[in-house]
Amino acid sequence: MSGATPVATGPAPLPQVLPAGRLRRAVRDGLLVARRDVSHWVREPQMILWGLAVPIVTVLLFAYVFGSGIRVPGDGDYRDFLMPGIFVQTMAFGIGETLAAVQADSAKGVTDRFRTMPIAPSAVVLGRCLAAMLYSTASLGLMVGCGLAIGWRWRGSAVDALAALGLLLLLRFALLWVGILLGLRARSAEAANAVFGLLYPVTMLSNAFVAAELMPGWLGTVVEWNPLSSSITATRMLFGNPVGTATSWPGENALVLSVVWPLVVTAVFLPLAVRAFRGLSR
Amino acid sequence: MRVRHGPGQQGILQLLTAYANFVTRSPYSVQSGVLMRGSGVDGTAIEASGLVKRYAGAAALDGVDLAVRAGTVCALLGPNGAGKTTAVRVLTTLLRPDAGTARVAGADVLRESQEVRRRIGVSGQEPAVDEILGGRQNLVMFARLLGYRPAAAAERADALLDRFGLAGAGAKQVKHYSGGMRRRLDLAVTLLLAPQVLFLDEPTTGLDPRNRNEVWAAVRGLVAGGTTVLLTTQYLDEADRLADEVVVMDEGRVIAAGTPAALKARVGGERLEVVVRDAADLAAATAALAEVCDGPPEVDADAGRVGGDVARPVAALGRVLSTLTAAGVEPTDIGLRRPTLDDVFLRITGHRTGPRPDRAAEVADGTEGTDGAEVAA
Repeated sequence: MSGATPVATGPAPLPQVLPAGRLRRAVRDGLLVARRDVSHWVREPQMILWGLAVPIVTVLLFAYVFGSGIRVPGDGDYRDFLMPGIFVQTMAFGIGETLAAVQADSAKGVTDRFRTMPIAPSAVVLGRCLAAMLYSTASLGLMVGCGLAIGWRWRGSAVDALAALGLLLLLRFALLWVGILLGLRARSAEAANAVFGLLYPVTMLSNAFVAAELMPGWLGTVVEWNPLSSSITATRMLFGNPVGTATSWPGENALVLSVVWPLVVTAVFLPLAVRAFRGLSR
Repeated sequence: MRVRHGPGQQGILQLLTAYANFVTRSPYSVQSGVLMRGSGVDGTAIEASGLVKRYAGAAALDGVDLAVRAGTVCALLGPNGAGKTTAVRVLTTLLRPDAGTARVAGADVLRESQEVRRRIGVSGQEPAVDEILGGRQNLVMFARLLGYRPAAAAERADALLDRFGLAGAGAKQVKHYSGGMRRRLDLAVTLLLAPQVLFLDEPTTGLDPRNRNEVWAAVRGLVAGGTTVLLTTQYLDEADRLADEVVVMDEGRVIAAGTPAALKARVGGERLEVVVRDAADLAAATAALAEVCDGPPEVDADAGRVGGDVARPVAALGRVLSTLTAAGVEPTDIGLRRPTLDDVFLRITGHRTGPRPDRAAEVADGTEGTDGAEVAA
């Protein structure tokens, strides 16, 4: 500590502000913010491992324990049926990760610090988005590896398989904005945890693990209309995995719905999240 | 779109409310004004007029005017809930006021918020640094965001680590820092751009005396270099030591302003208090104090306490003690006391510090951030 001597005084050693357009500046700042998350992973890789433990354990449980007793309508292989559900669940759980990270930043005052700095207002949100998509792509890759290890295969063309991965990342992108908004609005870490707990039943109330046609009538309807079910069915179709035998409207239009739902969610939540970040409605 | 709900109801209603706000409110109100660079026309670094901020009907700010000359320290003094932090949040572009205008370092906080952000440093009540990263990583990241090129950012980070005595802890994760170290790192981040105006929200709350002295020394050093400082505090002592001007706030209003000397003159200097066990001795104690006090002594019969302001404290103490001894009265306690924030409040407002119970409930609701009431209104 400097005692009585001046600390960083006089004419500011003016930073060499990059001569760039606003968009370029926003992208540059966004990359810097995203790099912060990457630094977190380097500093504390155990956080990633814990995050991936849940889906991996779920795969093992369903492939080897529950799966032995679950039938796939139309006589498909259960592990082929299961993995697309796991992929979608992994993407859905991403809400929880985003929410927890955003909430922690708000609670620590880091969000306010960003907001009092002369950086592009969109940069922090953009950086969060970049980091989350990077993380999700990596974890999706790991889950694909996990699936291959237990005997899951894609049976269709490579192009269709890539399209399936694209659909999954589109879902994650849409849910990102829900996570950011809830994270900015959550009053405490406990509230953030509660939302994480809610994700379980929501992902379970889909056709991820059991086909909707095997459930009681009313429940089957709820499950069929769960937007996550559309993503799961569409992913199964593109991977050439069994989709069951149901003939419901959402099931037959799964491919379209799996694109429409995320776009609707993004259209609603992206502006809300950006606005909440800028704090203009408070 | 109209949404009505109580302040406690959140969740889906909040989403609706956020959407309603999004649709119905324009982000910036347009005001006429001339864009000025640097500090204001007459060397005013912070000028605010008529700031109002309401939460669910309760005013967190109820018409606040402020004027802080460039290169001085202004202390916002007041108890919890007085509106100090709300005022700082408005002045640092974090919060939009419902009414009023403010200029900081010559830029309008509403219309030129980005310009204001270029000229200020903000340190909140809690150190706002990344806990997982190291101290140096924090400084480099924020410096890069502020526009420093990589080499310049590293250089600036090292210089600040050195100045704040953190050079040896630069690589360590911030979550392993002590409270004082976090505070110092937070200040270092705040000073990356060498701000014209520095905002410190309760900079020494929760610090031990040694760390408190370090923060005070840092603030004095900055002011010597020409920085304007606005700090909030609950301690009269802190305001006295640091500030050129003290602004006393209560219930969202400025209730007094002036130099620390003027404020203390208003409250009175040191206070001499005598406590006696027997009610019968109260009269003798009151008489003894009346001889030395500036005005008639205040008597608290229930507590057996008599007190009054004294101009020459030590002489007064000796004289009262000898008078009481001569009268055969042995006080259970006698002593000199410096005026506290509580005394300031009692003199100016007639009530003690701390929001009144009814008021406290309103303010507590307000800080929960209830957009709904604003939409319904």
